[in-house]
Amino acid sequence: MSKVLIIGEQTGGVLGQAVGRVVACAKELKASEVVVALFGAGDLASAADAAAALDGVTRVVTVDNPANDHPLAALVAPQVVALAQQGGYSHILGSNSSFGKDTLPRVAALLGVPQVTDIMLVLGERSFKRPTYAGNAIVTVEVAGDGVVCGTVRSASYPAVGNGDKAPVEAVSLDVALPSHTRYISQETSKSDRPDLQSAPKVVSGGRGVGSAENFKVIFSFADKIGAAVGASRAAVDAGFVPNEMQVGQTGKIIAPGLYVAVGISGAIQHLAGIKDAGTIVAINKDEEAPIFEVADLGLVGDLFQLLPELEKLV
Amino acid sequence: MKILVGVKRVVDYNVRVQVKPDGSGVALDGVKMSVNPFDEIAVEEALRLREAGKATEVVVVSIGPVAAQEQLRTALAMGADRAILVESAEACQSLTVARVFAKLVEKEQAGLVILGKQAIDDDAGQTPQMLAALLGCAQASYASKVEINGNSMRVTQEVDAGLQTIDVDLPAVISADLRLNEPRYVKLPDIMKAKKKPMDTLSLADLGVEPAAALKVVKTEAPAARGGGRKVASAEELVKELKNKGLL
Repeated sequence: MSKVLIIGEQTGGVLGQAVGRVVACAKELKASEVVVALFGAGDLASAADAAAALDGVTRVVTVDNPANDHPLAALVAPQVVALAQQGGYSHILGSNSSFGKDTLPRVAALLGVPQVTDIMLVLGERSFKRPTYAGNAIVTVEVAGDGVVCGTVRSASYPAVGNGDKAPVEAVSLDVALPSHTRYISQETSKSDRPDLQSAPKVVSGGRGVGSAENFKVIFSFADKIGAAVGASRAAVDAGFVPNEMQVGQTGKIIAPGLYVAVGISGAIQHLAGIKDAGTIVAINKDEEAPIFEVADLGLVGDLFQLLPELEKLV
Repeated sequence: MKILVGVKRVVDYNVRVQVKPDGSGVALDGVKMSVNPFDEIAVEEALRLREAGKATEVVVVSIGPVAAQEQLRTALAMGADRAILVESAEACQSLTVARVFAKLVEKEQAGLVILGKQAIDDDAGQTPQMLAALLGCAQASYASKVEINGNSMRVTQEVDAGLQTIDVDLPAVISADLRLNEPRYVKLPDIMKAKKKPMDTLSLADLGVEPAAALKVVKTEAPAARGGGRKVASAEELVKELKNKGLL
C-alpha cells in the first residue's frame, strides 16, 4: 500500500488551491495514508484546518519555523527529506506550481531517485502518464528501482477533491540543519481583485494582437464583465503588455478552465500546451488562418477592438 | 570565476513533433535540431557576465550523442571559450546529467553553473535543482535578472505569484527563464572562429559517473485530439452559443 506525503503550499494561512488537486492524484494511488505537510512561520492553523478537511487526507503535519516564513526550495527540501525518512513514505508529491517544480527535484536528488514531472494520470504505484514536447507526445513512464517515487502533479489534469472527514493535525519540529546560502529578499505581486488564473472557471487571454499595455484594458473590461481571470500569451508578456505571472503556455501556467477565450493570440504550440484541457475554447482573431482556430471550439474572425465591446454589451 | 553552461541538443522549437505509429517515441529522422532555447539564454547570460568582468571563462557542456558537437559549436560561435562533450549514445535523464555536471564543477573548479530551466523535448525541468542538491549549494530557478556582488548573487525569479528576489552565495546553480535576456545572433566570422576553439570529449566512465535510476519510457502516444470546432459569423451568434452551453 502506498503512503503518500504531499508538500502542501500556503500563503499567509490560506491553503494553496492546488493541494486539493494533488490529493486527487494521491487518491488514484489507492494510498493507505495521505499526509499533507505545510511549511510556514506562525500562521499555519487555518491552512492546516483547510487541508485536514480535504477528502482523502489522513493527517496534516505543520512545520513551524521562522526559516519557513517565505518557503524556499533549498530550505524546504531537507525538511521534506527528514519527514520522508521518519514516516517511511512510498511517494512524495507536490503540485506543478513554481514552488513545487523548484522543490521536488531537489528532494529527489537528495534521496538519489528520479522524479516524475507533471503527472497527468496514475497507472500504478510506479507507473504514470506525463506530457513531453509541449504536450504533443504523452509518455507512459515507469519509475525504475525501489526508491521513493517523487513527482509533481499537473494541476490541470485533476479537479480538486471536496471536503470529507476531518483529519488530525500535528505540529512537528524537525532536527535538520538548514543552509544559509539562500536568503529571501522580496516578492513583487500585482494586486488584483480578479479571479485566480490557475483555478478560475473562465479565463480571457490577450496576445500580441492586442498591441499594447494600454490596449489590454479591453481584455480586462470584457473579463470583468463575465467574471473571468485574465491571462496572456508569451508574446504579450515579452512585449511588456502585462506581467510574467499572467503567461499561459508550456513554460507559463497550464490551466483547465471551463471557458477559455483567446483574443489576438495566433496559437503557437507552446501556448496551446497551456490550454489543452480547457472545456470550451473560443478564439477571436482577425487572421482567419491563425492556428488557434484549429483547436478552437468556436471561432470568430474580426477586429478584437470592435468585437470585444460588442460582446460586452451582449452578455 | 569560471562558468559552466549546459547546452542540450533538442528538436527545434518550431517543429511540430509527430508520434511514431508504433508508440516507440517521436519521429526524429530528418527533423531540424537546435540548441534548447533556454540553454541559449543561459549561454548569453554567461557571456554577458564575462563581458562585464564578473567571470573569466565560459565553458559549455553537452551530454548526448556525437551530433551534439553541432550545438556546442553554436555556443562557441556565440562566444563561449571552450566546450566539453560528454558523449553518451543513450539519452541521459536529469539525475544522471546532474551527476555529470557535479563532477565537472569539481574538475573545472567552476564558481557558477547556468542551465536552461527546462529542455523543450522532455519538459522535465529538473536538472538545475538536482545539481544544486548534489553540490549542496544554492539554486536560483526561473531567473529573469542576475546581479553578482562579490561572493553572492541577487536573482529575480519568475514565480507563479509574480517576481521573487533572493540572495544566494556562490557557488550556485541558476536556471534561466525566457526573459533573462535576448540571445545574440551569431555572425559568420564567429562561426569560422568557433571551429578553432577547443572541444574535449569525455565519457561517463571518464568522469566516474554511474547512470542513475531513471524513468523507463514504455509508450509514447499522441494527445487526445480536440474535436474540430467551427466559426461563428457574429458576436451575437457567439454569445448565443455560449449561453446555450451554459458558459455565460
